[in-house]
Amino acid sequence: MNRRTLLASAAALSLAAGAALAQDVPKIAFVYVGPVNDGGWSQHHHESAMEMKDHFGDRIEIVEQESVPEGADAERVLTQMALSGADLIFTTSFGYMDPTINVAQKFPDVKFEHATGYKTADNVSAYSARFYEGRAITGYLAGAMTETDKIGYIGSFPIPEVIRGINSSYLHAAQANPDVEIAVVWLNTWFDPAKEADATQALLDQGADVVLAHTDSTAPLSVLEKAGAYGFGQAADMAEFKPTPRISSIIDDWAPYYIERVQAVLDGTWESHNVWQGIGDGMVGIGEFTGPIPEDALTHVTRMKEDIASGAYHPFTGPINKQDGSAWLAEGEVADDGTLAGMDFYVEGVSGEIPN
Amino acid sequence: MIRLEKRTQPSGYWTALSPILAVGLTMIVGGFMFWALGKPPVEAIRTIFWDPLFHPQFADYSRPQLLVKAGPLILIAIGLSIGFRAGIWNIGAEGQYIMGAVSGAAVGLAFYPSQSVLLFPLMVFAGALGGWAWAMIPAVLKTRFGTNEILVSLMLVYVAENILASASAGWLRNPEGMGFPGSRNFKQWSAVYNAELLTGTGMHWGVAAAFIAVIAAYVMMARHIQGFNVRLTGEAPLAARFSGVSPAWIVFLCLGVSGGLAGLAGLFEVTGPAGQVSIDFGSGYGFTAIIVAFLGRLNPFGILAAGLLMALTYIGGELAQLMLGLPGASIQLFQGMLLFFLLATDVFTNYRVRMLRREAA
Amino acid sequence: MDPVLLVASIMVSATPILLAALGEMVVEKSGVLNLGVEGMMITGAVMGFAIAVTSGSPLMGFAGAAVSGAVLSLAFGFLTQYLLSNQVATGLGLTLVGLGLSALIGSHYEGQRAPALGKLDMPLLSDIPMLGRMLLSHDIMVYVSLALVAAVWAFLKYTRAGLILRAVGEDHASAHALGYKVVRVRMAAIAFGGACAGMGGAYVSLVRVPQWTEGMTAGAGWIALAIVVFASWRAFGVLIGAYLFGGVTVIQLNLQAAGTTVPVELLSMSPYLITIIVLVIISARGVQGAPASLGRSFHASS
Repeated sequence: MNRRTLLASAAALSLAAGAALAQDVPKIAFVYVGPVNDGGWSQHHHESAMEMKDHFGDRIEIVEQESVPEGADAERVLTQMALSGADLIFTTSFGYMDPTINVAQKFPDVKFEHATGYKTADNVSAYSARFYEGRAITGYLAGAMTETDKIGYIGSFPIPEVIRGINSSYLHAAQANPDVEIAVVWLNTWFDPAKEADATQALLDQGADVVLAHTDSTAPLSVLEKAGAYGFGQAADMAEFKPTPRISSIIDDWAPYYIERVQAVLDGTWESHNVWQGIGDGMVGIGEFTGPIPEDALTHVTRMKEDIASGAYHPFTGPINKQDGSAWLAEGEVADDGTLAGMDFYVEGVSGEIPN
Repeated sequence: MIRLEKRTQPSGYWTALSPILAVGLTMIVGGFMFWALGKPPVEAIRTIFWDPLFHPQFADYSRPQLLVKAGPLILIAIGLSIGFRAGIWNIGAEGQYIMGAVSGAAVGLAFYPSQSVLLFPLMVFAGALGGWAWAMIPAVLKTRFGTNEILVSLMLVYVAENILASASAGWLRNPEGMGFPGSRNFKQWSAVYNAELLTGTGMHWGVAAAFIAVIAAYVMMARHIQGFNVRLTGEAPLAARFSGVSPAWIVFLCLGVSGGLAGLAGLFEVTGPAGQVSIDFGSGYGFTAIIVAFLGRLNPFGILAAGLLMALTYIGGELAQLMLGLPGASIQLFQGMLLFFLLATDVFTNYRVRMLRREAA
Repeated sequence: MDPVLLVASIMVSATPILLAALGEMVVEKSGVLNLGVEGMMITGAVMGFAIAVTSGSPLMGFAGAAVSGAVLSLAFGFLTQYLLSNQVATGLGLTLVGLGLSALIGSHYEGQRAPALGKLDMPLLSDIPMLGRMLLSHDIMVYVSLALVAAVWAFLKYTRAGLILRAVGEDHASAHALGYKVVRVRMAAIAFGGACAGMGGAYVSLVRVPQWTEGMTAGAGWIALAIVVFASWRAFGVLIGAYLFGGVTVIQLNLQAAGTTVPVELLSMSPYLITIIVLVIISARGVQGAPASLGRSFHASS
């Protein structure tokens, strides 16, 4: 066989295969902002996608693309996915919001699901997780575990998602320990293991003994382990750090949602919506409590988790003042989703300023 | 024994042939790599090099996208090549690209929602100025204090990234964006949106500017006295000085042009394909452009070809990920290999390979 | 702020850049500009990690990282020295290759734990109050890196081989005329640079973080390149540069953690800005030292 016929037959094969697949089963596509083994955000979307794939088996086809920069490149990748015959495309990072909307306009028959944004269209859904519910639990544990009365928080960028996490963590740490202080370090990156490790060390050096991270890698836990301090799994369970330094975790569990939405496509019942799901819906998972957590704290967080899941307790329930002392929520008042989504202020008790 | 013998002038024959040889070698070695990863090698290679241009489903879309991807690379690389010819090492085009985008966007957004036809030209000017000003920092420090421009321009990339982050999360944030990071989207603002000039061609102002820059750079380097001075400074600094060329002027000229062009590229990108100032706006164009500049042998038309080739591997690599599930890292490795082979086969252009018998003495 | 803790953190933060920059300085002294430091570091990071995990010995990991960094750098050396390819572009290509290769190799090692590199405990000395703990109780690689600085300095200044290396970097045509093997000297320097960058990368994956994650060196190789320039191509300058940069990085994080009033934006830019400012002050005094043949290809007939 000479080279030309080899090429031609390979082309014919792939065309035939493509045609066969395109005929029957829906093609589900995923776009990730990082590599699928970043140990955090993208990896968890990928694993949830795989879980979804296992659930449906041959009834669907799945394609994935990793490390797609936000912006112009994302728009091209999404267009190519739509052109290749994808029926449902999950765009799993906030920065894909505008590209998703733009591409969706050009392909009205293709359905899109965008994570952690707020824009929707007839063929674009938005889905997001109430991570602050998980932060309430890890925050409480941090407050209960600290002996120095100082907990650390590694922030990525000063955006509402992170500010919400800081506020929720602090409020509940203070419930466990009214004297607690929170120290925030901003890194201006989602992923830089070396910098995350340095930041963890800096927080430890400044007297913190529990560190919460809002960046993607497991570097903080590695440093905490050496120092004998405590931390939490972020995005993933990070079970390899059990029982300490990881004493619990906030797990992004997208699989139930992915299964539900793909099922809807199979059933022909898919409709655009905008959901913000938490512990109750299973999108935010709380990893096993491990390590030397005091008995009463353990009882408290177990109850809190149930109450949040059932809706009996909202992590932002008044009275809560803003950092400058002005009133935000009155006694018993619960924060509305609009304010939470765009949160750009610290609550009373958090020191320092939000950079901008 | 194999010996290289320098040619008196580059071989025209090999100038054309060596890239083809390099691509062929990359296909073979890359094919083995894909095979080792358990992917069909022939199909992978075809997806990368052929499908973006000729695939019935994709080509109509991805062919114009080649221009979109290559435009900023070429525009930046042209500017850099002038400096590299003079021996001025601007490694920080990425920072100038970001600052061009941020300052152009800031000027535009200050007039939101004006529909004035003057606004876009003003933003273009501000973008070029932003990139130029950022490049002037290493230029001033080099001429005034003798500070090395490699370090200063490189460090300023990180400073620019910090400014970009604070702009998108803070002072340029879309006031109607519910507190989320990212500026207003220029695609929804017709007066300043840098749309395709001809629908379906991928040609936006940035691509047009890249083509103009290629021709202008060619004319300047081949015909204009400033181009001669630049080359002279690079090849024989002392001779340049004796013939009255001010080294400081060359520094300002080279860094200014490359900074300005990088700033322009950033502005056209932010108002066009990217659409908004966002935390991840800088996607490495400024660094890739250095590769493009040298791959094109610092020649404007070579840069044009190199930019298009790089763009092809990006878009073909994306398609290969999508269609065959190749890991992203393997595409990166493949690009690195292609680059290595292109550089390695270049040796035939300037040198003749001679097989020599081992001589007694 | 406790100075003992601060110094310990700074040393951990500075050592990877110190190692990589020291190697690159030797490469540049020989007249070769290898911009692929990032690629060699990340390859060292993954290979060091893999070997340490497999063998159970972190020191084996460092040795393996040095070897793999050197092997990768020889690919650059072959292209630039024998095929006379452009050094800047080849170096950038090396970075692409290293990043891609490391991610492919490393996918089996995600989430694994590396054996810990113990702290060197010197009897009596480490117990000296303050100074003992501040300077004399770190891991062995910190001392290896410091010893390397001194060794490189002495090598370049006092040995004949060092003199030849400098001669090759300053004027390769004359060095060739004097009968020195320009290409061989440069290949040796390139391999040394690769080994150092590999060890620097392994320090990130085995000590500073310690774990393997794709892309984990996150630009440290670029900083190392800048530090060589900062140092005006002198060994002790590299030491000062790496510790200055690492120091400012650690101090700004500590200032944030301590809740200072300095705006965070300024703090996070400070390592870069302060490096520039210090270099401006140094260069205003007129110290420059780029090897004259830096980045130029050498061919015997030219």
